[in-house]
Parts: sequence; C-alpha cells; structure tokens
Amino acid sequence: MSEHELKVQQKQEVQHNGETTKPEKYFVPAVDIYETEKQVIVIAEMSGVASDGVVVTLDADVLTIKGDTDDAEQPNTRVILHEFESGHYLRRFTVAETIDQENITASMNDGLLKVTLPKAEPAKPQKIEIKVD
Amino acid sequence: MAIIRFTERPGFRNPWAEFERIRQGFDQLSRNFVSRDDQYGDANVFPPLNIFEEKNSLIVKAEIPGVGVQDIEVSLEGETLTLQGTRKKNDDDDRLSFHRREIERGNFSRAVSLPIKVDPDSVSAQLKNGILTVTISKADEVKPRQVSITTE
Repeated sequence: MSEHELKVQQKQEVQHNGETTKPEKYFVPAVDIYETEKQVIVIAEMSGVASDGVVVTLDADVLTIKGDTDDAEQPNTRVILHEFESGHYLRRFTVAETIDQENITASMNDGLLKVTLPKAEPAKPQKIEIKVD
Repeated sequence: MAIIRFTERPGFRNPWAEFERIRQGFDQLSRNFVSRDDQYGDANVFPPLNIFEEKNSLIVKAEIPGVGVQDIEVSLEGETLTLQGTRKKNDDDDRLSFHRREIERGNFSRAVSLPIKVDPDSVSAQLKNGILTVTISKADEVKPRQVSITTE
C-alpha cells in the first residue's frame, strides 16, 4: 500500500497539579496546529465528545480546550476486549500571537475539534501631538 | 589547620532513608504495572477496539476520530468483522506551515474474529463523534434460553 499505514497512539493522561475529587480521567488530545496569514488553527482529536461538551477559552495568552464525553461504559455487559478508555480531554497552550478574542470560532466534526483563532490587527502607530505652552 | 565552622558540617542523615525511598519507588512502579495489565490490553493495530457482550448481541466500538462515514467500510464474513478506511489529509496540508503535527493520516484495516456465532443478517453500524459502534445480534443457537421447570 502506497499510503501511510495508521498506528495506534496510546492516550496519555493529563498530569494534574493536584488530585481531582471525582474518579474521572482526563486525557491529552493529540493536536495539529498550523498557521495561515490571518489565523492560527488548532485541530484536536476528541473522540466521543459531542459539540455541546466542548469548552474553549482564551485567558490572557493561555488557550484551554476541554471536552467532556457522554460515552459512559454500559453496565451489565461482559467485556471481551478493552483497548481504549473513554474519558474527558484537556489541554492548554500558550499562544504567541495576539489573537482577536471576539472572533474565535470552534467546530466539531467526526470527533475532531477545530478552533480558528484570527490574528489581531497590529496596533496602528499613533501620533501624539505635543502641546507647547 | 583548616577551621570548619559548626554550621557547615553536614547534618546527620539517616542512612536507611534512601533505601526506603527506593523501595517506595519500586512499589509504585509495580502497582502501576498491575493496575494497567488486568484491565487493558494495549492495541497494536489501528483502530483500538472495545468489544462488549450483551444478552442477545455483541457490541464493537472503535475509536476513529477524523474519519467520515464515507471513508469507512465495515464488513462481516462468517465470524470475522473487518474495518477498513482512511483518515484523509486536507488538500492544502502540504502547503501549510505546521507548528505541531500529532494526528496521523493514512489508511487502516483491521479484522477481528468474534468469539461467538453471530447472525450475519442483523448488523448495524453507527458513527457518532468519532466513535463507530457496530451492533451484531448473536446467532439463535447461542442466545440464552430460559428453561422452564415443571413440577409433578
């Protein structure tokens, strides 16, 4: 086969600063980040997360993406094979560019989250007049 | 003669404390190994699968984020379930400047043999938020049957 064969990426659990009170698991989603002239785009792998379970925040220059799954493991079933865990996703980035916070958009498609961060216009040089008394 | 100030002398240390610390480290290590092993078998072939057995059916879940409905094929042949598909590249991927690139793109194909006889005519598959769920009914002869007991 000429095209690349996919490999399994093991999910990494988020290293918390403190412990959480609930026994829920948070994983680090794999991401692609790329930049065009006008925007920075973040794509994160979040399988099992519905679009209303996603929270994207930009606080100062820290971008936080969080996804909550509703894919609970069913009780009363016998597990035959268990190769992936379902859990929530959490990851933070420090954004180097100045971002136009008002116009951030996010969309969910087939378990991939796409966040579009438009770059802010560079501040125009302002001329300050000096008054002479 | 060199004069050593009282405060510069190394403090008294418990020589066994270091051994104790190492022992605790090993304990932690072995605990981690055990708790992973009994629950999860690591997947070697993409996509990772979870298979459950219910009373009348088998449920196969596969984690395939970024794969559309049109890019995946599910087939059942006898007791072998095959999942095939592609995670497509975007058309302009080669021209973009990537900061991070962790999501792999490419083909996958996985076949699993199911542990019980299934009914090939009642298979349904659903793709939701990057998780594919295939539900297969068990064959009639392996479904649990209630045995009624009579008294004389």
